[in-house]
Amino acid sequence: MMTAQRIIKRYPEGKHKSALIPLLHLAQAEFDGWLSSGAMDYVASLLKIQPIEAYEVASFYSMFNLKPVGKCVIEVCRTSSCWLLGAEDVVRHIEKKLKIHAGETTSDGMFTLKTVECLGSCGTAPMLQCGGDYYENLTLEKVDTLLEKMKEEGRRRVYTKDDMIQI
Amino acid sequence: MAKKLLLENDHISGLSNINVYRQHGGYRTLEKALKQMTPEQVLEDVKTSGLRGRGGAGFPTGMKWSFLAKPEGVARYLVCNADESEPGTFKDRYLMERNPHLLIEGMIASSYALGAKTSFIYIRGEYFYVARILEAALNEAYEAGLLGKNILNSGFDHDCYVQVGAGAYICGEETALLESLEGKRGNPRIKPPFPAIAGLYGCPTVVNNVETIAAVVPIIRDGGEAYAATGIGKSTGTKLISASGHINKPGVYEIELGVPVEEFIYSEEYCGGIRNGKKLKAVVAGGSSVPILPADLILKTAAGEPRLMSYESLADGGFATGTMLGSGGFIVMDEDTSIVKNLWNFSRFYHHESCGQCSPCREGTGWMEKILHRILDGHGTLQDVDLLWDIQSKIEGKTICPLGDAAAWPVASAIRHFKKEFEEYVRNGRSIKDVKHYYRLNNLAEA
Repeated sequence: MMTAQRIIKRYPEGKHKSALIPLLHLAQAEFDGWLSSGAMDYVASLLKIQPIEAYEVASFYSMFNLKPVGKCVIEVCRTSSCWLLGAEDVVRHIEKKLKIHAGETTSDGMFTLKTVECLGSCGTAPMLQCGGDYYENLTLEKVDTLLEKMKEEGRRRVYTKDDMIQI
Repeated sequence: MAKKLLLENDHISGLSNINVYRQHGGYRTLEKALKQMTPEQVLEDVKTSGLRGRGGAGFPTGMKWSFLAKPEGVARYLVCNADESEPGTFKDRYLMERNPHLLIEGMIASSYALGAKTSFIYIRGEYFYVARILEAALNEAYEAGLLGKNILNSGFDHDCYVQVGAGAYICGEETALLESLEGKRGNPRIKPPFPAIAGLYGCPTVVNNVETIAAVVPIIRDGGEAYAATGIGKSTGTKLISASGHINKPGVYEIELGVPVEEFIYSEEYCGGIRNGKKLKAVVAGGSSVPILPADLILKTAAGEPRLMSYESLADGGFATGTMLGSGGFIVMDEDTSIVKNLWNFSRFYHHESCGQCSPCREGTGWMEKILHRILDGHGTLQDVDLLWDIQSKIEGKTICPLGDAAAWPVASAIRHFKKEFEEYVRNGRSIKDVKHYYRLNNLAEA
């Protein structure tokens, strides 16, 4: 709440709607990594805007999850240089290992696998992102180690926290 | 060694700390600007420097600044475009991560020139950890009296904030960025009015790329003429190039504009040649949006002159035989790369990222992706190649923002230079299981 008020104060009077995206990020981090309509309604009420204004924004941006997700959302870059250097193999490997397809969540609620567009890590391709952390120059072995460590720790990973796993 | 202006202190560890940054001359340029120069003199230096926008379009920065309307009693804004999302481009991330204070110093000095009391750094949401680095640096700058009220006793007040996006390529387009910053969907605005007249909150606004704003610091430090003396012709100064793909040494390189492309690809100072001793097949020189060129045309112009890393030389020959410097996202492809499949990868990207406002782009990008998939899947016909050409020609120039052009150019150039490869896919009915697999993934991910 303190953070929310601090963010809102950045903008000129009457322009507090600018805080919508930062606040949706906070809400997503707070409420299990996804935005329920209740969470979006709450953000809208903080900004004194109509709920539909929050929904239309949340549905536009790819980082907002509108369905429940696993504790670790694995986002594999599939574009351009990552694709040239084996992103498809990384995706296929994770699918096989976690026994899910991209877009799905494991039955234990631990992992969601997403394929995403260019994350600006082309010089260190292939790569994936989980929470706020980048995992670069991936090999299938590195992916295995990473997934195992994540499972071991069992923690939820969100963009707003800095908790990089060393692999 | 080549001249470096933005990465000259890149080897120093801990540069993101304000004390280290100041030990190496940091914020002295800001002091010079605030205490020894008028805002008009700063603008004059930027004009003289010949600096061109480093985000992709290459528009002269001084000219963009001079368009800024200055009505009495109306706030003006500087917005830094750190929404780096062009596939193949990662230079801004590199710069902000390693040297955030250079950007902040540039933001304050540029704002002084523009008379902006507030500025925003709009950074893509996926760069959350970089946003934190910037915020930490901003806090240091506030504590040191370099931001806030009466900066360095100059009487100039300025506040700078970091705003995170949430995943949308289109927000790199400046009016979409402003919409997003106002808390809306990233739908580009119809221009005019241009942001210089009515931008953020309807106020006069300048939107500049990270690298552009950082370059203002060495321009003020050394003077506009010194900057204009580097580089080649109208491509003045240095440029950060994000090199990736099938090369031995991917990474961010600062080049003085005018380095031969061949040297850039093969010398040890830069890319270090093609991986595994393979041959060069093609290069996308300025981010995924610019036309792809085959090896012979990227190394030499159609007239047989060596091709240089500059705005003019890369564009030599127009789109028939040339390309663009763009954002400097330099993607190298070796002889084993399928141009058709790579194009499908790009087309899927543009389809995914189209905001959906304009029919030609919304529908056309989807059609192109599907047709390319059909060709790769072995069900294409020779008419499909003509159809692709027809669709791209009907997107280009017919949309509110340049995303339409960006989606069309890769298709046009791939067909222009590699038509035989398309025909081969059609004739051989080559079925590529990978693509089928991946297409299914895409549908699931979108569900």
